[in-house]
Amino acid sequence: MKLAGFFLLIAGWIIVLAAIVLFSSATPRGWFALTGAAVELLGLVLVFRSHLELRKDRG
Amino acid sequence: MPASPLPETALVFCVFLTLLVPLAAAGLALINAGLGRSRSAAHSIMAALCVIAVAAIVYYICGFAWQGYIGRPAHIMMVGGKPWSWIAAEPFFFRGLQLDGSAASLAAWLQMLCVGLAALIPIGSGADRWRLGAICISTALLAGFIYPLFAHWVWGGGWLAQLGINHGLGHGFVDAGGASSIQVLGGLTALTIAWILGPRRGKYSLDGMPTAIPGHNIVYVLFGCLLALVGWIGLNSSGAILFTGAEPGRVVLIAVNTTLAAVSATLTTAVITRVRFGKPDASLSANGWVSGLVASSAACAFISPAAAVMIGLVAGALVTYSVELFELRLAVDDPGGAISVHAVAGLWGIMALGLFARFPRGLSNVVGGAALASVNADSGQWLAQLAGVATLLGFVLPLTYGLNWLVNRFYPQRVALEGERQGMDLHELGAGAYPEFITHTEEFMQR
Repeated sequence: MKLAGFFLLIAGWIIVLAAIVLFSSATPRGWFALTGAAVELLGLVLVFRSHLELRKDRG
Repeated sequence: MPASPLPETALVFCVFLTLLVPLAAAGLALINAGLGRSRSAAHSIMAALCVIAVAAIVYYICGFAWQGYIGRPAHIMMVGGKPWSWIAAEPFFFRGLQLDGSAASLAAWLQMLCVGLAALIPIGSGADRWRLGAICISTALLAGFIYPLFAHWVWGGGWLAQLGINHGLGHGFVDAGGASSIQVLGGLTALTIAWILGPRRGKYSLDGMPTAIPGHNIVYVLFGCLLALVGWIGLNSSGAILFTGAEPGRVVLIAVNTTLAAVSATLTTAVITRVRFGKPDASLSANGWVSGLVASSAACAFISPAAAVMIGLVAGALVTYSVELFELRLAVDDPGGAISVHAVAGLWGIMALGLFARFPRGLSNVVGGAALASVNADSGQWLAQLAGVATLLGFVLPLTYGLNWLVNRFYPQRVALEGERQGMDLHELGAGAYPEFITHTEEFMQR
């Protein structure tokens, strides 16, 4: 789960960069970038959850 | 372009303001020591000295070579038909840099101090259990690679700063005082360290409830806050002059904004804790103070005093709830509150610039950046700031975690159980900070 979380963090970053490079008009660029930020947020949640699970497993 | 010689007034201002920056480091060191246990106080201050030493040496060896400065040699990569400067191409050991009062030489001096400041932040989250050797190795990685790379993107005319001229996003990513490259980078490293080390023994009961382990000296903490204010004014001002081309007269606005953000954040924290717990919490209010300083760093040169108060209010509220979120819900043991204070407040400060900043003519955070002032360059600024935040979370955090995880595989970063029982002072330094006191080694141990 931790690896998936970090993967999502990196993927979200790449989506934000792609939005900036690929779109020239402000609205689609903004929405696409916000989607990337949301993916990053999801990744962050996964990484936090994986650490919580890890701690519970260790007692 | 700031790479050219600075006017004499700006040079004098910069030298004086940079001389204040070590006070920010002193303040953070005192805060970290005060919020830790008495049996690790000497270790905490010793770690601060070692961190500053390792960071300065490593930055001198290779850090500046990869960070560089606006208008100096850098490696360029073509992305979408635009030139993105991704890493500097300077020689190692400051060779090729004339230490003569030029803007680049002043930037190198300021950065030697800033990289130490960034590396000090994780000491707060690793307090009472992070080995001195591991602290030094982690600092070397931060100062030698992670910090210079990101700082080049922001302060060296790199691709984040170029988002304005390359892709029409306002002035590109702007951060006058280091909310991103110093504070958030340090705060994310603190998060990484807290994850890798795990919580202190006795911090969480078997059913997962946290135990309060109060800091051992709140006077250190509060005095550290006052020192930090002076250092931050120096840091924000010299950063604004060197990395955005602000004129020296703007120092007054920067000092006023920095102070207002800090005081409004600390008052917010005091009021919230008073309402919630019946009395204002001194350590959280201290965290609020520093969070205001951190949040002010990015935008201090480009906002009105009213906006600085607003930034401070939000930062103070954020840090209060964020400390609780990390401790209670996410089980992240961060004795110094470094993650909330530096990462969370720093991220807010970066985005606040996109909301509140009004840029003067002649902003030069990148070669050719001053020309942007002639068009309406403020539009799209929020997206440039968001790109910076996304880079911190999507690139810097995984990189920092990966490198520190690797270090932990070969050189365990957490002290042995015996060391934690004994206290870091006795275990790692052989003597305590307060030898005349009785050391209570078991008071917070699980029974």
